[in-house]
Amino acid sequence: MSAIVSARALTKVYEGGFEALKGVDLDIEEGEILALLGPNGAGKTTLISTICGMVTPSGGSVTVGGHDIDAGYRQARKLIGLVPQEINLEPFEKVMNTIRFSRGLFGYGPDDAYLEKILRQLSLWDKKDARVVELSGGMKRRVLIAKALSHEPRILFLDEPTAGVDVELRKDMWDVVRGLQSDGVTIILTTHYIEEAEAIADRVGVISDGKILLVQDKDELMRQLGQKELRIELQTPVPHVPDDLKEFDLTRADDGCALVYTYDTGSDRTGITRLISALSAAGLVLKDVSTHQSSLEEIFVGLVGEKS
Amino acid sequence: MNLHAIKAIYIFEMSRFFRTFLQSFISPVISTSLYFVVFGAAIGSRINEVDGVDYAAFIVPGLIMLSVMTQSTSNASFGIYFPKFIGTIYELLSAPISFLEIVIGYVGAAMTKGLFIGIVILATAYLFVDLDIKYPLAMLAFLVMTCLSFSLLGFIIGIWAKSFDQLQLVPLLVITPLVFLGGSFYSISMLPPVWQTITLFNPVVYLISGFRWSFFGDADVAIGVSLFAIGFFTAICLAVIWWIFKTGYRIKS
Repeated sequence: MSAIVSARALTKVYEGGFEALKGVDLDIEEGEILALLGPNGAGKTTLISTICGMVTPSGGSVTVGGHDIDAGYRQARKLIGLVPQEINLEPFEKVMNTIRFSRGLFGYGPDDAYLEKILRQLSLWDKKDARVVELSGGMKRRVLIAKALSHEPRILFLDEPTAGVDVELRKDMWDVVRGLQSDGVTIILTTHYIEEAEAIADRVGVISDGKILLVQDKDELMRQLGQKELRIELQTPVPHVPDDLKEFDLTRADDGCALVYTYDTGSDRTGITRLISALSAAGLVLKDVSTHQSSLEEIFVGLVGEKS
Repeated sequence: MNLHAIKAIYIFEMSRFFRTFLQSFISPVISTSLYFVVFGAAIGSRINEVDGVDYAAFIVPGLIMLSVMTQSTSNASFGIYFPKFIGTIYELLSAPISFLEIVIGYVGAAMTKGLFIGIVILATAYLFVDLDIKYPLAMLAFLVMTCLSFSLLGFIIGIWAKSFDQLQLVPLLVITPLVFLGGSFYSISMLPPVWQTITLFNPVVYLISGFRWSFFGDADVAIGVSLFAIGFFTAICLAVIWWIFKTGYRIKS
């Protein structure tokens, strides 16, 4: 796979001196779903806005499909569809007209058959003649997506697509995103819902304080940073961890009713078999055993806390 | 040149105009009729003639200018301010479109609306007075130039404005007074000499005078001066827009 979007040493200092981006390097692979995670004010929206042309960068460069976003802005922007965070729509216009407008704006001639396809895909077809103001919040968000897709983009930016959206619609949205990916569209979404990144992303980028902390394959990230816990419930509580079990670095829980063993899922030997034997050798009787995998959220909180 | 984009902006803007068509159409007809009743019938019956022209006919060019200038300005300023206000400007900024194309789309639509209103008022005037336009082509050219320059001015105001108040400020506090004091309803030769001189600092005088010349072949100032004035005004507006384009003033961070 090759990079379809490439940012190098990208910086942005706003008037007033706020440094929103502090030298961002980022390669987005063609056809992937990349989730950009980060706390509020981390620079997610500034990064997207810069790539899309709404914010002038202070330094560095960005290419989209090989075109520089400044020198080749027409070619670069034609490839991009943007779904903004806020619901920004002309309230009194009909759905179909706002979508026709978007298509024209990106330099494409009318093609109502294609627009119909998009509207049907987003379950908006029966609303095509409704005025935007008459639609529900979720419907408006779909209209924004329809606008972004109206010019057949190869890259779709979704800035917090499911903020304030109910669970049902969020799942719908994920289906739409997966469907687009299978059509070959590269998708970049920002979110602070970790579960969203976990559910649909191929790769995860973590941004904090204007810097990209890491970009990694999601499963690999989970594997590398994901720690798993083995919780051993005991028949009878222990006052302290028996000396014979010191090497396993166990922690007592529930007043000694349970012992917790932390291990790395990525390593060849987890040490579980040895631990179980050692437990019975120490004369402990097990009542129950359970494991818990750390979520992306826990990884994320750990990462942001550690680096900032 | 992204012609599809210009067309898309133009159509989108015109659809706003057609949504409020009755209002766009009826309000100039009513206000023009009122002016004719008040100025033409009531006052005109005591004035009779100005510079050899029937008073009711004399005010027609001024009336058209009054509406065309204020409407072109407010339509163009609203057209570009509204996307800023509701946030849809993001789409313009992220589209493969140059600032020039944005200006052509918005200003073109505002000009069309201004032109439409001008023609509606002219048609309404025919109901009240006998008009014989001496230089119809020149009249049309002046009308188009006025629509263009004031739509450009409106576009600048729309970019500059940060609130609806500011949007109203210039049309209300600058353009309307200048048009009223610019000889819409009188010939500046009717003023005392001191005021005649002061009036010459009002740029609108030259526009109305030139427009009136195309109707009656007679004007307060020489037609060449009028042409220069409107050309100069348009050039200033274009220069300001070019500067906005260069700096991204109030549209891009």
